Amino acid sequence: MKMLINSPETVVADALAGLAAAHPGLRVDAERRIVLRAEPGAAGKPALISGGGSGHEPLHAGYVGFGMLDAACPGEVFTSPVPDQMLAAAQAADTGGGVLFLVKNYTGDVLNFQLAADLLEDEGIASRSVLIDDDVAVEDSLYTAGRRGTGATLFAEKHAGAAAERGAGLDEVAAVAERTNAVCRSFGIALGPCTTPAAGRPGFELGEDEIELGVGIHGEPGRRRARYAPASELAEIAVEAVCADLDFRGDAMVLLNGMGASPLLELYVVYAEVVRALDRRGVRVVRNLVGDYITSLDMPGFSVTVCRAEPELVALWDAPVQTPALRWGR
Amino acid sequence: MRDKDGLDAALFVAWLTAAADAVAKEAPRLTELDSAIGDGDHGTNLKRGFAAVAAKLAQEPPATPGATLQLTGRQLISTVGGASGPLYGSVFRAAGKALGDAESADVPALAAAFAAGLEALARLGGASVGDKTMLDAFTPAVEALRAAAEDGLLPGQALDLAARAAEEGAQETAPLRARKGRASYLGERSEGHLDPGAVSTALLWRTLADAAA
Repeated sequence: MKMLINSPETVVADALAGLAAAHPGLRVDAERRIVLRAEPGAAGKPALISGGGSGHEPLHAGYVGFGMLDAACPGEVFTSPVPDQMLAAAQAADTGGGVLFLVKNYTGDVLNFQLAADLLEDEGIASRSVLIDDDVAVEDSLYTAGRRGTGATLFAEKHAGAAAERGAGLDEVAAVAERTNAVCRSFGIALGPCTTPAAGRPGFELGEDEIELGVGIHGEPGRRRARYAPASELAEIAVEAVCADLDFRGDAMVLLNGMGASPLLELYVVYAEVVRALDRRGVRVVRNLVGDYITSLDMPGFSVTVCRAEPELVALWDAPVQTPALRWGR
Repeated sequence: MRDKDGLDAALFVAWLTAAADAVAKEAPRLTELDSAIGDGDHGTNLKRGFAAVAAKLAQEPPATPGATLQLTGRQLISTVGGASGPLYGSVFRAAGKALGDAESADVPALAAAFAAGLEALARLGGASVGDKTMLDAFTPAVEALRAAAEDGLLPGQALDLAARAAEEGAQETAPLRARKGRASYLGERSEGHLDPGAVSTALLWRTLADAAA
């Protein structure tokens, strides 16, 4: 397996060095493995912090900046960061308004953020945690770790970030993130596996004519394997799964996310079908993003995230943002 | 390194140093097991964590078994990440706290300490026996240790029985369906694979038994 790396052991550190070199708007603390805004948030603004395994770029470090996150904690590839990173990020980013942790629902992330919140309490810094769990592919959450956090993370970070920027307090910002998570649903389909640098070979096997329905952002499956089909059918499967779970009739915002190895040409093909499939269900897309926003290394495939376009949320979506991966209005 | 009835700090350090070597050696196998039902980082993560533990213990050798385990727990939480960092870290911290300031730990003390570790593990992970997790190896090991304490066995024998129980428990995870962690998303497709966390747990018990033999 050929990869553009120096070694599997140093891949995250080496990528952080590149991130720092590419984005002067970020301050990368390589020692403590945290990414901060070069210009800190305003005094008293709640600090938004997210994090998770690396390999999902631009999530999360690519969303650090004005209007979104104040800090990100990148873990090893597909591995949750450790509480020390989250604590260091919180201490560095807090400007007196407390800290909001945005946590994707994966056991490792949940446990490490929980320990970090406990440590932060000892430091006398107020914190809230919001769990993102939008992936409808996980059907029987009684017998699993529960729904995974996927595309809603981007909406939650954007909306909560905008609320914090315009002066909302910690509880209000947390409520915005919770509301966003409540009205977002996602579903992913993979055409093939991804390869972690440490393993050096694909994480699972798919036959030439097989696809994985309901895949998570690490390649972990949710529903079943199926036969490969044209984009129109795949879009229909994803949209049906999302709309069966929450009534989206009316205006919606849509993220058509590439998982890392599907070219934009294909993503646009899928997006057109997603818009049609939503239209058939009475859902009108008023805002969209098409591209690689929450990736799974080199996985081919896509996920669809639909977010109800409540006027308050659309206003927060439209608010200015200036980060490496998302930038408008400023 | 130990008197007839109890293990001292030096033995715990020897155990954890040996564990770091064993985890490094077994890392590819653990990662392979994890690739089957998780995301293939268990071996890599534990190897990084236990290497940090061994380095820390060599640098600042603790005076008591309790301090050794607590230091280990903190180091694992700080370096492993994923789910296994907090879970293993909490086990060691809880077990270390339970041992207190004692100079050495006999079998009843070990049984009580690891029972406290098991309780912390179950509380944090929210798992039960049969969910295809570390608990499936850890629980029978603690039960074996308790029984050995009641029978008045010496540490070497007691820990060997605990290690065997952990190994059997780990093997018995193969047919189970995962209900916790990332493997749970596989549903019935997780059946037929060993749980990597249970296998690494058994490995740690085996290295402890070998150190105390």
